[in-house]
Amino acid sequence: MRLFLITTLLLIGFSEAFSQECKSTLTGEVVDFHSGAPLIGATVTVLDNGNVKKSAITDLNGKFLIKNVCDGNFELEVSHPECQSKIIPIEIDKNTFKKVRLEHHLEKLNEVIIIGDQTEKGVTKATSVQTLKATQIEQFSDASLGDALREISGVSSLNTGSTIVKPVIQGLNSSRILIITNNIRLQDQEWGIEHAPNVDLNTADRLTVIKGSGALQYGGDAIGGVVLANPAPLARKDTLFGKTILSGSSNGRGGSITSSLDKGFNNGIGVRVQGTYKRFGDFRAPDYLLTNTGSEQKSFSATVGINKFLYGAEVYYSYFDTKLGILQAADLGNVTDLIRAINAPVPEIIEDFSYDIGLPRQEVAHHLVKLSSYLRLERLGRLKLQYSFQFNDRQEFDDRSFINDDVPVVDLELTTHNLDLLLEVDSFENSKITAGVNGLFQENFADPVTQVRRVIPDYEKYSLGAFAGIAHNITESLLVDIGARIDFTHIDAQKFYRGTFFEDRGYDVDFADIVVEQVGSQILTNPVFDYTTFSATVGLSHDINENLELLFNYGLASRPPNPSELFSEGLNQAAVAFELGDLRIQEEVANKLAVTFKGSLFDQRFNFNLTPYANFINDYIVLEPSEDGVITTSRGAFQEFEYIQNDARLLGVDFDASYDFNDYFQLKTSFSYLRGDDTVRDRPLINIPSSNLFNTITYKNKKLKNLNLQLKSEIFFEQTRFPDNNFTAQIVENNQFVDVLVDVSTPPPGYHLLHFDSSIKFDLGDITNLELGFSVDNIFDTSYRQYLNRFRFFADDLGRNFTLRLKLNY
Amino acid sequence: MKTIKFLFLTALTGILFSCSSDDDATPDPINEEEVITTLNVTLSPNGGGTNIVLTSVDLDGDGPNDPVINGGILAANTTYTGSIVALNELENPAEDITEEVAEEDDEHQFFFQPVDGVEITTTYVDFDDDGNPLGINFTLTTGDASDGTLRITLRHLLDKFAAGVSGGDITNAGGDTDVEVDYPITIQ
Repeated sequence: MRLFLITTLLLIGFSEAFSQECKSTLTGEVVDFHSGAPLIGATVTVLDNGNVKKSAITDLNGKFLIKNVCDGNFELEVSHPECQSKIIPIEIDKNTFKKVRLEHHLEKLNEVIIIGDQTEKGVTKATSVQTLKATQIEQFSDASLGDALREISGVSSLNTGSTIVKPVIQGLNSSRILIITNNIRLQDQEWGIEHAPNVDLNTADRLTVIKGSGALQYGGDAIGGVVLANPAPLARKDTLFGKTILSGSSNGRGGSITSSLDKGFNNGIGVRVQGTYKRFGDFRAPDYLLTNTGSEQKSFSATVGINKFLYGAEVYYSYFDTKLGILQAADLGNVTDLIRAINAPVPEIIEDFSYDIGLPRQEVAHHLVKLSSYLRLERLGRLKLQYSFQFNDRQEFDDRSFINDDVPVVDLELTTHNLDLLLEVDSFENSKITAGVNGLFQENFADPVTQVRRVIPDYEKYSLGAFAGIAHNITESLLVDIGARIDFTHIDAQKFYRGTFFEDRGYDVDFADIVVEQVGSQILTNPVFDYTTFSATVGLSHDINENLELLFNYGLASRPPNPSELFSEGLNQAAVAFELGDLRIQEEVANKLAVTFKGSLFDQRFNFNLTPYANFINDYIVLEPSEDGVITTSRGAFQEFEYIQNDARLLGVDFDASYDFNDYFQLKTSFSYLRGDDTVRDRPLINIPSSNLFNTITYKNKKLKNLNLQLKSEIFFEQTRFPDNNFTAQIVENNQFVDVLVDVSTPPPGYHLLHFDSSIKFDLGDITNLELGFSVDNIFDTSYRQYLNRFRFFADDLGRNFTLRLKLNY
Repeated sequence: MKTIKFLFLTALTGILFSCSSDDDATPDPINEEEVITTLNVTLSPNGGGTNIVLTSVDLDGDGPNDPVINGGILAANTTYTGSIVALNELENPAEDITEEVAEEDDEHQFFFQPVDGVEITTTYVDFDDDGNPLGINFTLTTGDASDGTLRITLRHLLDKFAAGVSGGDITNAGGDTDVEVDYPITIQ
């Protein structure tokens, strides 16, 4: 490459010195790369060492003519209002003809195709999405992915304490949500309710939420939705820039530092390195410290890529490492302990503030390697090939009665290989076709070093998926988007069952053929399952007029059961309950309909987005109290849950609106309502987020150093619809057995929180600027508990927090 | 070019699917080491006589079967010397967990609760370095003829200094429960 450049430069120099003849004529034509159609009105300029010599504009046939040019080697700059400009070397030798192909739309390379907001010329996508941009994400620099996503209406979170935050999209979570980071589907044991996504939020430049299965490219099992956490594209020209965010918070007495540096070269090569370090001690509820809730996160990523018009390739590596303390007062033995903890007015264990991350805690490491490449095929489109490797190592530590506490109680290693081939055909005027195949091999290894029976057994999983979709502009204002996908999933597990459990579940009759051997009191089995699942999407987008748009989305999604739903067999310590999987569980199938009505009125000052939706899920897999209700062991009694399948119906509406009073003041409001029912048992579904109403008043002044002041009110209503999972337990009171009803169902009361955020920006140079931010969360130090926080029985949520943020762009 | 691409694809597919031909080594079975399957309480009448042994055995650990519990018949107004043995019988030979409890005596304590009218009082005879009771060994005294239950609880990481705990009152003890067994008792 370098040799070529030097030669070119030499030739240019040579030609300038010796070619004096300037009587040649340059003719040519400019055409669209994809369709070959002539481009009218393109500007063609002859450059000599960057100096403009002559220029012309293409005619109705895309032709141009430039007279009296000198012979020799020059550069030709070709630009068109709807295209990406292009500079190409040209050798003029007497009368010369040159054909130039331009890409007929601005397209970010490495871009995920389903971005509804971005209107590409010709084809828009008919999928309703909502996006958080970098500036919004940066406010959450020291928080987690789940915290940031809550900014989007209809997205809530399922928490275990304050540090383990899982996104919930329109009432659904965990395996029902795909998390795509840098174009790779995250494989990080997402089935567990207390397993937070292993993503450093700071790697994302945009967070996009698709509230449905509209991203078939990544999988057909998005019963709830898809989260795309995508980095900014790499630099493609000579440049060097970076960003550092420093953040410190009073609650938890910690903070984070995150930095990224980008280097680009003119030959299309771009490099990025990025890293984050976070450290917090014990967090605080308004009235007490939450002992052992500190956390630490280390993450690093590096990308090298070349992005050319015709081809490109990228190598990406990321490492994510987190250590999360779990509220010590939530570490309980049996039902007696649970009742005691629920009734305690304050957590039983409150110690002085500490940065120590003791027991219980989680330590998770996630490695991700991606190799990707693309090739432009003239008059066809783009072919992409991607391989990714992920290694997820999860260890959970708990206070062990009779074994060294340094030995984890859970130690799971999940290795995933993915190979994806994708073809995007964009050569048609009004249509865009996408098709591809995904292959996956996954292996789970449960390390026996724990000396605790495996929560998730060793298994191997293969899957193969194929999909195709077409987006077609029927008329200028009507776009249709149709896609379909098929997946084959094969699971081959090796699981030890307790002999008594195997019989109790009737597996000895229904699954006699999976028995390999009897080992002591346990039975080694080899369950092998195959699932064939279908998924499909239909999207319609209709522009009513320039300012109003109506979208209709239908999605069919199918999800095979995850290992937890199939194989669980024992105590979930965090829930103080037994959770039992079932080998008979089949895939669940969702039919989701959503209508989005959005628009921009009163000179674009009023923007709104109203999305009612309905999700009908057949064979919805849900954990419910078993018939026995309570199981008795030497350690006492425990509540027993089992995975069952019922039909579910979720009906909801998300509403967002904003109004600009003037250049300075803006009011933003968002509201979500959701009703979830088990239609077979005719009762509400568990863990459905309550309605919430957010209002934000913002004052912005560009002239005053971009001053930004914001006051946000969050109202969370009480969830009044919930299933009754209460159970009766026997406790000893005043030396008598007493039956008590253990209320594990009633949601906490509603609450109102007020937050403040401010920022100001100072320019320090051409590209260097410093942004200072200050925010206060929970201004009134309100005590509250969230329905979707699993520790709501044991402690209040976080109290007031002051955060100081410093962002440097350079 | 096409050939190269084809070869590249084939190679990658090969890598991907060759991982599948991994060994099918069977995983090692795990016998849980921290389970107390068995809790035996031996009561020796101080004036001499036959030992009474209360037993609780749950050989499938956290499995669906309930523990099998055998209580006992005690003589009225008698003092017994009691001792507890906790075993993990999932191990072969059975592991005596009482020793480990004794080693971590500052983190453990047994509690004895007479329930539903059975007339029993207990006193601790073994103590940790802080002078707080442990309860592997204890003295049990019966009252008049009565029926009821003796609940024996082993707590771990409890607050042994909390009010009443050293006197055997579990109310303020906190901590995690390692053992909770209800023995039916008849005093006659």
